[in-house]
Amino acid sequence: MEFFRYTRTFNFMGKSKFAMVISIILVLASYAILATKGLNYGVDFAGGTVVQVKYDTSAPINKMRDSLKGNPLFAGASISEFGSPDEVVIRMKTTTGSVTTDIGDETREALKGSGNFEIRRVDIVGPTVGAELKEKGIMSLLLAVLGILVYVAFRFEWRFAVASIVALIHDISIALGMVALFQIDVNLDVLAALLTILGYSLNDTIIVFDRIREGVTGNRLQDLESTINESVTRTLARTTLTSLTTFFVVFTLFMFGGEIIHAFAFTLLVGVVVGTYSSVFVASPILLWFGFDVKNYHNKLAEKAKRTAEKQKMRDQFDQGVV
Amino acid sequence: MPSLLQTEGGKKVTLGLDLQGGLHMLLGVKTEEATKSRIKSIAASIKHFAERNDILIDGLTFDETGIKFEVLDSDELTQFDDFFKEIEGSVISKVGTVISLSLTEKEIIRTKKEAVSQAIETIRNRLDQFGLSEPVVAKQGEEKILVQLAGIKTQEEEQRARELISRAAKLELMAVDEDRNARVYNMSDADAAEYGDVILSDAKNSSIKYLVREIPILDGGMLTDASMGFDKNNRPLINFRLNAEGAEIFGDFTGRSVGKRLAVVLDGKVYSAPNINERIGGGSGQISGNYTVMEAKDLAIALRSGALLAPIYLMEKRSVGPSLGADSIKASLVALIGGFVLVIIFMLIYYRLAGVIANIALIANLFILLAVMSLFGATLTLPGMAGIVLTVGMAVDANVIINERIRELIYEGKSMHKAIEEGYANAMRAILDANITTLIASVVLYAYGTGAIKGFAITMSIGILASMLTAILGTHGIYQMLENRISKSKNNKLWFGIKG
Repeated sequence: MEFFRYTRTFNFMGKSKFAMVISIILVLASYAILATKGLNYGVDFAGGTVVQVKYDTSAPINKMRDSLKGNPLFAGASISEFGSPDEVVIRMKTTTGSVTTDIGDETREALKGSGNFEIRRVDIVGPTVGAELKEKGIMSLLLAVLGILVYVAFRFEWRFAVASIVALIHDISIALGMVALFQIDVNLDVLAALLTILGYSLNDTIIVFDRIREGVTGNRLQDLESTINESVTRTLARTTLTSLTTFFVVFTLFMFGGEIIHAFAFTLLVGVVVGTYSSVFVASPILLWFGFDVKNYHNKLAEKAKRTAEKQKMRDQFDQGVV
Repeated sequence: MPSLLQTEGGKKVTLGLDLQGGLHMLLGVKTEEATKSRIKSIAASIKHFAERNDILIDGLTFDETGIKFEVLDSDELTQFDDFFKEIEGSVISKVGTVISLSLTEKEIIRTKKEAVSQAIETIRNRLDQFGLSEPVVAKQGEEKILVQLAGIKTQEEEQRARELISRAAKLELMAVDEDRNARVYNMSDADAAEYGDVILSDAKNSSIKYLVREIPILDGGMLTDASMGFDKNNRPLINFRLNAEGAEIFGDFTGRSVGKRLAVVLDGKVYSAPNINERIGGGSGQISGNYTVMEAKDLAIALRSGALLAPIYLMEKRSVGPSLGADSIKASLVALIGGFVLVIIFMLIYYRLAGVIANIALIANLFILLAVMSLFGATLTLPGMAGIVLTVGMAVDANVIINERIRELIYEGKSMHKAIEEGYANAMRAILDANITTLIASVVLYAYGTGAIKGFAITMSIGILASMLTAILGTHGIYQMLENRISKSKNNKLWFGIKG
């Protein structure tokens, strides 16, 4: 079976203006959502308490609300269904510092009499830990981007690196926009998903860039635009295929992986789709717009080859004892 | 798959707390309390020294930063010099007859550090005796302690563990101030302090008060052993034994104080205050209270492992019940198998026999992933499972890149040998560059991630490395082996899923 047999080159770069408009709209819309709705930070970053309770029967949410009402410890507690009607999570902004009786134990006491239940999970994150995790999270995103930037600049050329970073920012922005739109709890797992998107989206971009590099080195006469078009077309089958298999597994994870990794799978799902799109329609056009100079690149390569040859010559002479 | 490995002998893949259920806590240590109590004990010893040497001092006060007092006879000012020399890290300043003592910055840091490491040591000792398998107690950052307990089954068990961890277990034997004890109910704490006493309440009945001397006769530091026993009415109690020095002090004190009472104080509460009928040698004693057998056992453990120098508090807690862990395993296995089957079938349809080879590589990949994890004793968490699922989708990528290259070269009319060799050579660079960037993201995640998220970084990283290995070395070998057959058959549809 074949999706795309290479018979002719598609003119991707001709469509790039149109794609850019869509991308800019999507990114701006994401920022608008982030600005208005904002990210819904979960306990990991905001600090607070999450208690997951499973009842024998349907959870008596109203009764639970009544039991928690009045106690300042549970001020601002929200109760919502979690995966099934039997199971709920209670989210609170409050935490306690006592090791022996914590807010989870208090919740258990308060809920007594509301039915037959089991407390399955208690997450308490104190404010200092939350702030620390947030700081670490931002650091990790920045460091990953920086590390990737350096690697790509080292392996390719700085324009490739900048183009791939723009594509990454594009992907992360849209993914965050979707997370904000659906008011998904931003916890450590969402951060992990974002970092995975970084890696994954770049993976796609690099496969295309590698082809462009190959095209540039192999064919001196072709202009950059045609080289990019050809490279994108030739990698299209691979891009589609890998995106599909990745999409399959992320989708099964989203559908069957359980409520706890729902946020993670959702973020990845968005990332896989956007990442695939961006490597074709965002990263490559930017490379073109930055005016990647094919001639200059050739000169540099020639220079490098000359230097290696000279070194080799000297080494040979040294080996033969001429020097 | 993890359950499969759990049954084998040798090293195993450990399940994370989120999969097997358990308790993860990050505890803070109130280190400033340790400094405070160090200053308090220096103050006590100054007082003791002055009394013993008949030096008259006045206005002995202390706070968190230091101690201040006045020596009434200026001729005796120098008598303290040798005494102060023995107090490590102290700074003495004299203004007239007023002496102030404070601790150096270095000494304060040392005291705080010691409080943390002592707390870790103590908690570890207590948990070791609690009977859970492999509790984790580790230092995190400067003043934090990470405690991880796997395999906690019930709420009661968790409660017990938490009480055991946080118990101060500070045992003090104190003298009841018999001269003034009768007036204890009319006294305030300040009144008591004036006489050098403190008011403590009874452990069983908090309305009963005792007036005891503030400086204890001896404390739990001189304890060598504590165990649970029973009294004559078959009620549980705790027997303790003192070391030689403690036994001597205890003997001397009881010999001097016949007819008076001795208060057995634990964590600031009086557990019993028996009358001293005679000198007690041998250095052993009992603490009785209304214990259950379980409480008495845990208390004995806490006493044996020593007191906490500084109180601890909860900074972060994640507790997962075993049933939720089991549900998570089930759900992630369903996702893993579902994703796996989808990918395998898809590759088969798209690439035919080349798909079979890619699938063999994928399966090999999963085995390598699990083997490496068990080799290094890595922990499999729920995000880790998600990482494995993701690996299934992304690991075929390397083979997809190679297959696409080979297809291209076949279309160009290259011989099978050339198509395979050049296909691999061309794909190599792309595979390396693409995977290394993903690896960079995973490594950063490992370095900055905490807890369960680290598990995701681990499975992702190993999965990426394994996929490079199986694609570059593994499948290349298979193709080289089959090369002649592929050339002879000339059936590119069967082998690579393409026409021509």
